[in-house]
Amino acid sequence: MAIPSIELEQVVYERPESFRDVSTHYCPGCTHGVAHRLVAEVIDEMGLRERTIGVASVGCSVFAYNYFDFDFVQSPHGRAPAMATGIKRVLPNRVVFTYQGDGDLASIGTAEITHAAARGENITVIFINNANYGMTGGQMAPTTLPGMKTTTSLNGRDVETQGYPIRASELLATLDGSAYIVRRSLHDPKNIRLAKKAIRMAFEVQLRGLGFSMVELLSSCPTNWGLTPEDSLQFVEEKMTAFFPLNDFKVNSAVAQIKI
Amino acid sequence: MARELWKGNEAIAEAAVRAGLQAYFGYPITPQTELLEYLSWRMPELKRAFVQAESELGAINMVYGAACTGARVMTSSSSPGISLMLEGISYIAGTEVPMVLVDVMRGGPGLGNIAPAQADYNQIVHGGGHGDYHPIVLAPSSVQESIDLTSLAFDLAEKYRSIAVVLTDGSLGQMMEPAEMPEMMPVKQVYPEWAVTGEPGRDRRFLTSINLNPVEQEKTNIRLSLRWQQVQANEVRFKEYYLDDAKFVVLGFGSSGRIALSAVRAARAEGIPVGLLRPITVNPFPTAVIEELGKHVDGMLVVEMNAGQMLEDVRLSTRNRVPIEFYGRMGGVMPLPDEVLSAIHGLVDGPRTTEGHPRDRWLARLAKNN
Repeated sequence: MAIPSIELEQVVYERPESFRDVSTHYCPGCTHGVAHRLVAEVIDEMGLRERTIGVASVGCSVFAYNYFDFDFVQSPHGRAPAMATGIKRVLPNRVVFTYQGDGDLASIGTAEITHAAARGENITVIFINNANYGMTGGQMAPTTLPGMKTTTSLNGRDVETQGYPIRASELLATLDGSAYIVRRSLHDPKNIRLAKKAIRMAFEVQLRGLGFSMVELLSSCPTNWGLTPEDSLQFVEEKMTAFFPLNDFKVNSAVAQIKI
Repeated sequence: MARELWKGNEAIAEAAVRAGLQAYFGYPITPQTELLEYLSWRMPELKRAFVQAESELGAINMVYGAACTGARVMTSSSSPGISLMLEGISYIAGTEVPMVLVDVMRGGPGLGNIAPAQADYNQIVHGGGHGDYHPIVLAPSSVQESIDLTSLAFDLAEKYRSIAVVLTDGSLGQMMEPAEMPEMMPVKQVYPEWAVTGEPGRDRRFLTSINLNPVEQEKTNIRLSLRWQQVQANEVRFKEYYLDDAKFVVLGFGSSGRIALSAVRAARAEGIPVGLLRPITVNPFPTAVIEELGKHVDGMLVVEMNAGQMLEDVRLSTRNRVPIEFYGRMGGVMPLPDEVLSAIHGLVDGPRTTEGHPRDRWLARLAKNN
């Protein structure tokens, strides 16, 4: 029998240089890993690895600095945009981004994110919205959907007593300092590609000095939602996107000129 | 350089600029606001970073970020604003990045008032934020000393990767005095090996204050404690007045130390052998010198603009072996030299005791006189 000739191995998929070769602490099925990878791929593709400073927040992504292979600091809860401001103002030619969850950004850190956007702070924000406080075990967040069960809304979020969720992207898009604010989702390959494109755009906005940029990423939390990873993605697609529409909320005229 | 008339708050701001301040972040609060106002034009003029933050929380965390890059950074506030900053202060201490904080104390608690006070001694010196940490705390008593100690604060903060506080008050911040500014120092070009600067050609760096492994976190605590021992060994500063032949000693820091000096001079004119010890570093506290003094004097009087906060550190330093009396004014009221002179008379005339608590006797006298 003739031995078939073997093609030399061709690498079609590998770990981004900006992504360290370590296991993450994220739960199976959690989309933090996807979001991390997208950021790492974009940083690599733009050749920014050695001029980027990340700001980790408090929440499940508190240890993000263990996974990215570039400089990082870790912020108090909600204060990442303030820390990023401090860094960017003394090192204006570095690329500075925060990576924040919804409890961090849309609850305890509303003042910091709002004023960073209002100042047109030339930073990029990656905003993970999974509708609950994941790190502390699934409590109600400012983004928890009406009727959604959490450990502090056992019968489902009752808007009469617990108020309504905050759509942070829409809120921040009203500010003149915001240059680029969009919401994407990580529930399927098509949307993941769209998310990556948005992240790329956000960093391009910063590189051009056009002002505040933020990409909100609808994300899954199988552990705290009590769903399988697959059902979690379905929940994102059906329930989350219904309340948090995927859209471009702010693309100012200068940003609209950017072609990537 | 010639002596010029400087307002306390503005003098600190300019002294910081001349010490190579690279970034300032602040928020308005009386009686500190002139610092913010001065730097709002002075920093941009020199192409250095200035941001008026959305709150003291924002300001301290901007400082935190900028401090992580190794830059010389500062913020300033007054009592209620400092309370808001304590979260960030603890993180900065836990991350071991240097920063300078100016606290222009005012009357409290609560919103209180905008008059001078020293009631935040415990908050600043003995923590305030969570966890074991020790800021270096410098207490000026004049505009000139405010300038000199601001320069020193930056050097000490960097030397010990620590927080250095210039602890002043509404009167020192608002008063104008002739003072001499130092020469302008160049902005630093060499950054420490821990600085997160996003530079090419080296391994990644990160700065964090979290460590979920208690044993590892304890190592951070041990390192901070050992470093504090070094500060205690090397950085104690104080000023002595008329102590050579003194049988009685008055102790006060900042404004109350300065007011007490007038009273001590008046008492000397009456022939009373009294001197003054004014701690310049209230942290590290001049414990050893006070303990030694305690062996040679017949009594001590502690004067503060609070209910006896430094008093406890004096009592600890003397191990309660020497009679101590206390005189304080609170809530924004400053003691008058005559009041302190009366308290000196009270100490000299006796009875003097090491029994009971000086604060209790002071409060009893207050009740009797009112």
